[in-house]
Amino acid sequence: MDTLVKERIQEDFQNRMDRDELENCMRCGFCLPVCPTYIQSGYDETQSPRGRIALMKGIVDGEIEPDEDIEQTLNECLGCRACEPACPAGVNYGQLLEEARDIFNQNKQHSLPERVIRKTVFEGLFPHPNRMENMTSLLTFYQRSGLQKVARNIGFMKLFPDTLATMEKVLPTTPTRKEMRSQSSYYVHKSQPKATVAFFKGCLMDTMFREVNKATIELLQKVGCDIAVPDTQNCCGALHGHSGEKEKAKELAKKNIAAFEQIGADYIITNAGGCGAFLHDYGHLLHDDPEWSERASHFSSKIKDITAILIDLDFHMMPLQMPEQVVTYQDSCHLRNVQKTFEEPRLLLESIDGFHYEEMNDAARCCGSAGIYNIVHSELSMKHLDYKMKQVKDTAATTIVTTNPGCLLQMKLGIEREGLSNKVRAVHIVELLIEAVDRRTSM
Amino acid sequence: MLDKSIIERFKNIVGEKNVETSSMSLHSYSYDATPGFRKTPDIVIAPHNTEEIAEIVKICNDHKIPLTPRGSGTNLSAGTTPLKGGVVLLFKLLNNILEIDDQNLTVTVQPGVVTKSLIEKVEAKGLLYPPDPSSMNISTIGGNINENSGGLRGLKYGVTRDYVLGLTIVLPNGDIIKTGGKLAKDVAGYDLTRLFVGSEGTLGIITEAILKLVPMPEYKKTMLATYEDIDDAAKTVSAIIENRIIPATLEFLDQPTVEVVEEYNQIGLPTDAKAILLIEQDGPESVVNKDIDKIAEICKELHAVTVSVAKNEQEATALTTARRSALSTIARLRPTTFLEDATVPRSQVAPMVKEINRIAEKYNVKICTFGHAGDGNLHPTVPTDVRDKEEYHRVEQAFAEIFEKAVELGGTITGEHGVGAMKAPFLKLKLGEEGVRALKNIKQSFDPNNIMNPGKMFFEDDEKGE
Ligand SMILES: Cc1cc2nc3c(=O)[nH]c(=O)nc-3n(C[C@H](O)[C@H](O)[C@H](O)COP(=O)(O)OP(=O)(O)OC[C@H]3O[C@@H](n4cnc5c(N)ncnc54)[C@H](O)[C@@H]3O)c2cc1C
Ligand code: SF4
Ligand code: SF4
Repeated sequence: MDTLVKERIQEDFQNRMDRDELENCMRCGFCLPVCPTYIQSGYDETQSPRGRIALMKGIVDGEIEPDEDIEQTLNECLGCRACEPACPAGVNYGQLLEEARDIFNQNKQHSLPERVIRKTVFEGLFPHPNRMENMTSLLTFYQRSGLQKVARNIGFMKLFPDTLATMEKVLPTTPTRKEMRSQSSYYVHKSQPKATVAFFKGCLMDTMFREVNKATIELLQKVGCDIAVPDTQNCCGALHGHSGEKEKAKELAKKNIAAFEQIGADYIITNAGGCGAFLHDYGHLLHDDPEWSERASHFSSKIKDITAILIDLDFHMMPLQMPEQVVTYQDSCHLRNVQKTFEEPRLLLESIDGFHYEEMNDAARCCGSAGIYNIVHSELSMKHLDYKMKQVKDTAATTIVTTNPGCLLQMKLGIEREGLSNKVRAVHIVELLIEAVDRRTSM
Repeated sequence: MLDKSIIERFKNIVGEKNVETSSMSLHSYSYDATPGFRKTPDIVIAPHNTEEIAEIVKICNDHKIPLTPRGSGTNLSAGTTPLKGGVVLLFKLLNNILEIDDQNLTVTVQPGVVTKSLIEKVEAKGLLYPPDPSSMNISTIGGNINENSGGLRGLKYGVTRDYVLGLTIVLPNGDIIKTGGKLAKDVAGYDLTRLFVGSEGTLGIITEAILKLVPMPEYKKTMLATYEDIDDAAKTVSAIIENRIIPATLEFLDQPTVEVVEEYNQIGLPTDAKAILLIEQDGPESVVNKDIDKIAEICKELHAVTVSVAKNEQEATALTTARRSALSTIARLRPTTFLEDATVPRSQVAPMVKEINRIAEKYNVKICTFGHAGDGNLHPTVPTDVRDKEEYHRVEQAFAEIFEKAVELGGTITGEHGVGAMKAPFLKLKLGEEGVRALKNIKQSFDPNNIMNPGKMFFEDDEKGE
């Protein structure tokens, strides 16, 4: 990094980092034992939340130059935010991290290939629902045309890094364009009406994981919700926010806020821990924008995960039935650490007859998926995953339940890597719940 | 800056990847949990075993390179800030529990073992390692031994010192010595084990420890009593002990602490209460029940406003929440949190708390006091902002007066956090000139080149001429 860039970064740190928040860290170290990167690194302070905060503060105070090492440790943070609930002083680490990454990113000359990828992903793809559909259609075509078989047979995927190649195997069977388009924007309750909600459909959830969204809506109908699905909503911007593309994240946030304001629902329901947390943080994202800050906080206050509303509306009191099996739950970091929703999914699973719920060791520890971490830091990510799969195996579970698409894919990847694909399955919780309901009604 | 050739020698000893010299690493080991102290070391080294440590120490001694051992850096006395630069020595590769000996009821550990993981491992075998500092989730045994840490169970079970039976130590000249052993009795020579407990890394490096275990108590009960008058709370503490009951835990929260805890957590504490006692007893079920009944009676006799005994584990946790959330709540009030550590004889707890409140008013700073009433170890805690120089100065003055008062009341300047660099200027208050000189002579004989954690324990101004 040349001196000029360093100076610019330092200046941005001084202008933009929240100094009070940095000062709030009393360096007690209570966050260390919960940090996956600290543990994985063999207890290296530089890979810990306390260390990263000290480095950010060091740059602000001019005690240390921003360099590649620091950029790297910030990038290698999973952003799982497990450090936040552990912190006695209530330091908002996630916000510090996002800002710091954004500063590094803005002052950085990305290599040409990375620029192309970033532009495609952050500008060309995610913000455009129809393009997400197109991409998914391509994938559908690939899967259903027989091309996937051919590619696998001729060993085409061997040309890619291991993780990507395995990832290709575990992608869900995606819907066709027709299936994707056959979507309504309003659904009526199917039992005693209890609440009006809006549904945030997400981009991956809406395309690749369409089945999960369908199940979510059905569940909401069954517990008595009227559901509006505003079609002007957009990608939540989490991927942008976490990858140092803050301005784009803000644009997306504003569009979403506007889209949902028109509906005036009691809650805005999400079914992806990652998106939910980012929406939950809109209030902070736009806090210094006078026109938007209040609207954003209002929006954020309505965010609720599907598992939380199901519990609120007593879904778990319904008779639910599944075949005998051991089930375990992998927390979505953001759902747990940001939205503080972790009892609800467990309650739901425990309420199903036939399930033997077995809590895995360190269920709350990040599985290493973390947005696009498993692609950009593939080797590190696999270490986190290997640890996770060991805990899963210790429970003897045959079903791993998740509440976020990234974690779901990662768990599938883990199952594949361990050669367990004919013994263990990974599912999103709503898929399982809808199965349990259907089984009951068909009995 | 260290010579390149010396860095190479360190690398040859521990391997390239266990030596850090990047500015990021050096910065990351330049601080600990103590506000206001920071100094960048020249190198960070993580050795694998005692022999490697001995080799490193020899090089340091030959070249007069300062050496600061570091556990998890949770001490609150600037004990691990490498004030003179040099080497920071990490124990992250020395973190194994070597043996749990059921016959002798001992556990042998390396210094980097995290306290909580040790406690969990021995509890799984039905044994108890009593020292439980509030920092146990992250603090290391090496740090605990060197700070002689105490915890909530200190009143009945004692502190770290009472559980260290034997040590393996690398001395500043590179000699490796073993003290004590799996022995209940040992009077062969000076008690070096005790000398090294609480030595704050200034005399040598502890590379292995044999610790004493006790059987797990079968049963435990928890209760909470609130008071309108702090003297009544203090009298209760004395009355409990006069009645020949030693509770496992006897914790105290003062009004400012109760106020902030309640304001932020809404757990139903009476904010007009001037003091709260949290009491726990463990042991055989019948004894515990009898003790708790008696304690409840004493509390009521001494005008406790409310007395609640937990009926089950869940309720017990709810009660201990008040004490446990004290620090985290205070920490949220202002950017910087100074957690101090003045200790007085049990009988002086009430006068000391009153003095602290008077001093808070005098210097116009907010001081919340909580701590271990049973053993007189109080934690006056100040939420402040180090960037506000003027206020910070008042905080320093307030603390100086608190330490003076503590010593005046027959107490000490630190009960469990250590002297380090933070309290070095106050050591004389407690020990007098002669006392400090005696300590220095010990230091001098072990570490003539002053390489072990220099700048700690002894105040710079006292050190001139050495
Ligand atoms: C929030 C909070 C709560 C706390 N609560 C308590 C409490 O209840 N009771 C209590 O007693 N303390 C408490 N402490 C203080 C602190 O946690 C203890 O002193 C703890 O023992 C330090 O452990 P550590 O591993 O972090 O050691 P460090 O802070 O890394 O080191 C402490 C000292 O030991 C030396 N040292 C470490 N390892 C070795 C070794 N192997 N050989 C030689 N020297 C070594 C260091 O040089 C230093 O002087 C608290 C601290 C915080 C931040
Ligand atoms: S966000 Fe997760 S990985 Fe990053 S510092 Fe916090 S706990 Fe560690
Ligand atoms: S727990 Fe909070 S205050 Fe303590 S070191 Fe971590 S971030 Fe800082």
